Amino acid sequence: MTDTQTARSSNTSTELPLVDCDVHVEVAKVDVLFPFLHEHWIEHIQQSRFKGPTDTAYPANAPTTARPGSRPSEGPAGSDFALLRSQALDAPSVDRAILNCAYAIDSIHNPDAAVALASAVNDWLIAEWLEKDSRLRASLVVPSQLPELAAREIERVGDHPGFVQVYLPVRAQHPYGSRIFRPMWEAIARHDLVAGIHFGGAPGNPPTPSGWPSYYFEEYADMATVFASQVVSLIVEGVFDQWPNLRVTLIEGGFTWLPAHLWRFDKEWRNLRRTVPWVKRAPSAYIREHLRLTIQPLDAPPTRKQLLEVIDQIGSEELLLYASDYPHLHHVDPLDVLRELPAGLARKIAGENARAWYRL
Amino acid sequence: MVATQPQRETSVSTRPAFIDCDHHNQWGSPKELFPYLPKRWVEHIETFGLRGPGGGAYPRYLNDRAGAWPPNGRHAGSDPVFVRDTFIEPERCAYAILTPLGGGGSVLNQDLGAAWARAVNDWQIAEWLDFDPRFRASIQLPFEDPPRAVEEIRRLAADKRFVQVQFSGRPHEPMGRRKYWPIYEACAEYGLAVMTHAFGSFGQPITGTGWPSFYLEDHVGPAQAAQANVVSMVAEGVFEQFPTLQFVSAENGFAWLPSVAWRLDSAWHVLKAEVPHLKRLPSEYIQEHVWVCTQPMEEPYRPRQFLTLLEHFGPAVDHILFATDYPHWDADDPDEAFPVDLPAELQQKIYYDNAAKLYGL
Repeated sequence: MTDTQTARSSNTSTELPLVDCDVHVEVAKVDVLFPFLHEHWIEHIQQSRFKGPTDTAYPANAPTTARPGSRPSEGPAGSDFALLRSQALDAPSVDRAILNCAYAIDSIHNPDAAVALASAVNDWLIAEWLEKDSRLRASLVVPSQLPELAAREIERVGDHPGFVQVYLPVRAQHPYGSRIFRPMWEAIARHDLVAGIHFGGAPGNPPTPSGWPSYYFEEYADMATVFASQVVSLIVEGVFDQWPNLRVTLIEGGFTWLPAHLWRFDKEWRNLRRTVPWVKRAPSAYIREHLRLTIQPLDAPPTRKQLLEVIDQIGSEELLLYASDYPHLHHVDPLDVLRELPAGLARKIAGENARAWYRL
Repeated sequence: MVATQPQRETSVSTRPAFIDCDHHNQWGSPKELFPYLPKRWVEHIETFGLRGPGGGAYPRYLNDRAGAWPPNGRHAGSDPVFVRDTFIEPERCAYAILTPLGGGGSVLNQDLGAAWARAVNDWQIAEWLDFDPRFRASIQLPFEDPPRAVEEIRRLAADKRFVQVQFSGRPHEPMGRRKYWPIYEACAEYGLAVMTHAFGSFGQPITGTGWPSFYLEDHVGPAQAAQANVVSMVAEGVFEQFPTLQFVSAENGFAWLPSVAWRLDSAWHVLKAEVPHLKRLPSEYIQEHVWVCTQPMEEPYRPRQFLTLLEHFGPAVDHILFATDYPHWDADDPDEAFPVDLPAELQQKIYYDNAAKLYGL
């Protein structure tokens, strides 16, 4: 492990073929979406106080939000194609990068506005990002709070070859296994997309079972528990039984929490499986088949030995996917971690697992 | 553990006598507490009930464990004679820390909540603590009403058989929030630990993403709720403000603690500017101030992984407390709870010494 990561110079690279499973693009301001919005919404935005969804899980100037040197001369980090290309695609050099846009569609209460802005973001992702660099893939965004309308948006753009995933904020109004979400899962499965459950979300309900924490520091550390709850919901509700080919990636939630969670979850399943008879196997078996996790931010133990022990506890080398989480900044640089791992495992995490998972 | 644990006839184990850090004493009906309540509140309860935040019920699939039901027809956990004769004596339980559920913290009517907590505490003294010297108790509090909670702590603090105060698993605010600090100040003054017990809420769902559908989910969730409370206690600087305060998690499992410490340390390295009141690594506060009860014991797939888990605790292994959760269906059996044979020294610590140190027993 190393000290808090700093911006990489261009000559720093890795010998491993990398697939970066979490690169962030930002809508600098709502105006950039105007070419993709109906005039009704442009007028609405210009004449009202609604300036697009501004809730964010990334406080503008927090050290975690933008690593040094990642802010373009204008706009937030992750909003400028040329800068992102040089810092996230060229050095270190990646074979593929999956773009995620955390624009808070899920915070928009007006359903028509939520649909319009989701569509605009997806058309913007195609025109301004996917079409500019063949290494890019992206997660399409949906109004996840409105599952039937989310399904419609997946119908509209889900077959675009650049979209490999549907972006779902981990914090939601209901756990994602809820039957409320069935139309959305059905569409994700039909288009053979991955569901990317991602750090953040602005559903209006608190991120902990005890209400709203005071500090971003807490929200950052608590988010892993929301991921854990989503995992429970998806399995207990039988989402993977209903759609046996469904793939879900947990993005930006860490992973060292997983072993303890699975031990408990498997035990509860053994005790209570009669109450959910459609769940035929132990939860850990579903997880190995249907779930992957990105490694950044690494909620890392102090030593490499302990990190390998945690990976041993997870029980599979196929589950972890490299992610830079560019332009966000975390304590540990995942490339340094890859260099410290046994070569075979490092190759899997760096790219092989993602290539197989996303069929890149 | 399975639903129908047969009762052991003779104890053949070599384990040490133990301290049960989560032992439920439970009234079968609120009426059993009426002798400890003013007439006004008896009438109120008979008319309006003990109203709490609704909508959070996940009916338990399984009832209390077999062998815990007294033949006299009383409710499991409600008869101290039966508990002594069928559990405390034969299992060689040196002390049982009593943890009744529904102690008034989540009652909406604040005057009733305070009166109810007081009645539960007086019931604990009269029917449990005075009955057998091996019982210790948790002070029930109207914890959403801190001034009244502090009054109750002061009323009882001289009785050293009360070793801690009890919060639900999901108080109205994360437990480190300043609202609760007067309670912590009183606990620090009297040397009482602060315990949060799984379940119970002030209306918030068991997850950070809304209400799940099934009891199974409600039954995994306390581990997540407990983590948020540990994070809050550390992040708010409670342990800077009250350097002697001890925080106990009960019935939330325990294997998640190392990962929480790693996560907090990783977060602190990049976000410490936001929490300048923290003077040390978050994991150091956890090592010194956070204690975790084992039940429901996490069970890794391979026994060696359980030993690795204990290694990951580092010095915090001295803060692991054995607990059964008697008499609930998922209670851990003191002889069979651990998925591995623990080294003798560690066994002695987890079954007895750690709790003896925490509670001064």
